[in-house]
Amino acid sequence: MEPVIRVENLVKRLAGRGLGRRVKAFTAVDSVSFSILPRATLALVGESGSGKSTLALCLAGLERVTSGRIWFEGRDLAALAEKELRAVRPRLQLVFQDPASSLNPWWTVGEIVAEPLLVNGRTAKREGHARAALVLEQVGLAAEYLERRAQDLSGGQRQRVAIARALILEPKLLILDEVLSALDCSIQAQIANLLVEIQRAYGLAYLFVTHDLRMAAHLADEIAVMSGGKIVEQGVTQDILRNPRRFETQSLLAASRVEPEAM
Amino acid sequence: MSGASAITRFLLRRLAHAAFLLFGVSVLAFFFSTFAPGNYFDDMRLNPQISAEQLTALRADYQLDRPMPVRYIRWAGAVLHGDLGLSFAYNTPVGPLLWARARNTLLLTGTAAVLVWMLALPLGVWSAEKLGRPADVALSWATAVLLIIPDLALALGLLVLAVRSGWLPTGGMVSVGSDGFSAAHRVRDVAWHMVLPVAVLVASALPVLLRHVRAAMAEALQAPFLRAAEGQGISRRRLLLRYALPAAAHPLIALFGFSVGTLLSGSLLVEVVMSWPGLGPFLLEAILARDLYVVIGAVLLSTLFLVAGNFVADLLLYWADPRIRAEASRR
Amino acid sequence: MIAWGEKTDSKEILEVRDLRVAYGQWDGGVWHALNGVSFAVGAGEILAVLGESGSGKSTLAGSLLRLLPRNGRITCGEILLEGADVVRMDAVQLRRVRGSGVSIVFQEPSLALHPTIQIGAQIGEVLRAHGTLSKRARSARAREILAKVFLGDVERIFSSYAHELSGGQQQRALIAQAIACDPVVVIADEPTASLDAKTQGEILTLFRSLRDELGIAFIFITHNPGLLAGFADRVLVLYAGKIAEVGPTHAVLSSPQHPYTQALLRCVPRFDGGGAVRRNALLPVISGAAPSLAVLSCGCVFEPRCEERMEVCQIHAPVAARLGNRHEVACLKFPA
Repeated sequence: MEPVIRVENLVKRLAGRGLGRRVKAFTAVDSVSFSILPRATLALVGESGSGKSTLALCLAGLERVTSGRIWFEGRDLAALAEKELRAVRPRLQLVFQDPASSLNPWWTVGEIVAEPLLVNGRTAKREGHARAALVLEQVGLAAEYLERRAQDLSGGQRQRVAIARALILEPKLLILDEVLSALDCSIQAQIANLLVEIQRAYGLAYLFVTHDLRMAAHLADEIAVMSGGKIVEQGVTQDILRNPRRFETQSLLAASRVEPEAM
Repeated sequence: MSGASAITRFLLRRLAHAAFLLFGVSVLAFFFSTFAPGNYFDDMRLNPQISAEQLTALRADYQLDRPMPVRYIRWAGAVLHGDLGLSFAYNTPVGPLLWARARNTLLLTGTAAVLVWMLALPLGVWSAEKLGRPADVALSWATAVLLIIPDLALALGLLVLAVRSGWLPTGGMVSVGSDGFSAAHRVRDVAWHMVLPVAVLVASALPVLLRHVRAAMAEALQAPFLRAAEGQGISRRRLLLRYALPAAAHPLIALFGFSVGTLLSGSLLVEVVMSWPGLGPFLLEAILARDLYVVIGAVLLSTLFLVAGNFVADLLLYWADPRIRAEASRR
Repeated sequence: MIAWGEKTDSKEILEVRDLRVAYGQWDGGVWHALNGVSFAVGAGEILAVLGESGSGKSTLAGSLLRLLPRNGRITCGEILLEGADVVRMDAVQLRRVRGSGVSIVFQEPSLALHPTIQIGAQIGEVLRAHGTLSKRARSARAREILAKVFLGDVERIFSSYAHELSGGQQQRALIAQAIACDPVVVIADEPTASLDAKTQGEILTLFRSLRDELGIAFIFITHNPGLLAGFADRVLVLYAGKIAEVGPTHAVLSSPQHPYTQALLRCVPRFDGGGAVRRNALLPVISGAAPSLAVLSCGCVFEPRCEERMEVCQIHAPVAARLGNRHEVACLKFPA
């Protein structure tokens, strides 16, 4: 089966980040390769600073890659110009961690979710809002939410809106960058369930970026462990959990393995 | 990047900006003054005792018949040697003329600036601390009233008061016959004359500054690090002065730079109304008389102060905020 | 440092009795954030307060030192720190308690440190507020404390500014500030929320070693049950301003008795190294949403979402029932 996306030797170099730190270029993503099959989930796990968020931004086209290829729908995204990328974007969407800052708090939910349709110029306003209502229903928000302002919603509700906005263009691949990390425990479970349902319904592939190995193990078919910009270990979830080979994987496991005892 | 070279590069960059700005202003000032209709000698043409040939000769003397770029270059060259040109009206070098007047202005505005800051800072801190309470509301009302009253009205009002009561002198910088005063007497005399104009200057600048201090402090007092410090048992006084005030400093330093910048230019109205022999009235006179080099010289001097004020503000910010130092050393 | 009281028979250094906190709303209404919370913390104990948004956990943290926002009020209750009631203290006594009797470490370490004061100087400020050491002695002591909390690099941290440190380092700096004056209890409000898993683990280890070495008790507030095993001594589960369950960690996590605790723990995906996990199976969720605290209900506050609710739950509010071994539940399934 053809993978939905195939990344080859992706490299991203950044100028020195952060105030007060030494000015030197460093390699945030160091020759990373992987692929994701349709309807599958790949979890990208690592500590902060491992480069996983930068990688997600590169795939979504929000950062220019330094070198390497991103094969998606038969074309190399890394080589495309901005205009061409815009044509591809609807099918490759990104959902961010912090719903508070990625949604305009003054807009209504309906406006936020319908915006991608209206911006692309293909859809009239009325149709756009009708589609928005449909998608919202699928993420578990009733029609009454269309008129609510984003700032009046809870964290979980906002994340649903962010997911709905990503879904409305019917993407093939959804990049989820730490989308559960800022949520309460029980809400994480709800949104995780939602992601599973959506995947089945829409036939999506997911790239699930997280530092939470627990949730990654729950949702993903394959896990790739990132450290220092490189993928240090990659494999089927069960293998990674049972036989972690690398030190980084083991320490991530150890950090997450603080286990509530059998219930 | 080591600290010493980072600050040097920073200073050099700022100095380069300043020089460029001065140059640009001088060109503009020269340009506009030249192209303003008329020149110094126009009025003389009305005088039947001066013949047309004499006028032409005078103009040639002052080189008013050369094209503008030539005149500018000669003038710029002279300025770089410290010679600001010749005043048509007084027939003396512009530099000393300006400086004498500028000194008087600086005396006034400098005193006013010190007083304004000495009042605005404690009042602003205090009212931010008492935010929303009756005392703060009352102070806000008082500042609003002061803000609304136009400077001119205030100046005239105080003058009327002075005339009626006879307590304060009604204009000028020194009393008649002050040449015969002793040094101490003279100082007292000048101070006495300064009371009214300084009062007007302070009253017009205080409301704005006070509001800024209050706003900056109020914001700093809401910050999470303040709550965290409070949780550690730091005393209220220390919280205000050591934690909140430094955090509020950023906009205030910018304002301070602005205060310095307007030392020469901010008091024109007051000086004219109260007959204070400062740069303001002198400049006004020169403009009306088309005394070209005086006008350009004064404009240049004011710009110099403005630029210096900005420079001082930049330096202070650099010193006060480590994040700016880090940002600067990155470039 | 507050001298240890004469009440040596009780090993409890902090006792909270029937604490109630309410916030006044701008429209005149009241938000009842805490509704009768009572618990105790023993010397050197790590007590975890487990709660989600709206449970009142941050209010609890703030109210223990009376650091509530302007519209918050402690309407009832006592907070006894070694016998002295914090609620009734005057400003001077309160200031003395803060930082040297009880310290608090807030969330978002990047915001809780002053942006333009060096770390060493910030610790010095706390020392200055609570003692009479000379400037030099304060600097020395600050370095000492930093050495306890940071594994090395003390000099660099001492003269760093907040923005020059990583998230984990910022949190350590805050912790150093908190223990500077030898408090008996440190309240940590979601200290690891913005950190990644590995750094989280390091901070937890730090807490444990500070407890072991210095005998400091910790009140560790979190919404993540996954952090608690092997770390906290006791867990207190907070829901809608009331205590649902409290007991030894092992007991609460492995055999929770309160329906809310059970449901909450089920929400965490099972992490089975054996691979027997049915991936993509749906996690059990708690139906409904957190209740509005604008109105005080007379029955059990969890009743609308409870899978085991009974008729009586709408009428009577549950009282704490003892289950043995310091394990208590507030549920009408268990008669008091």
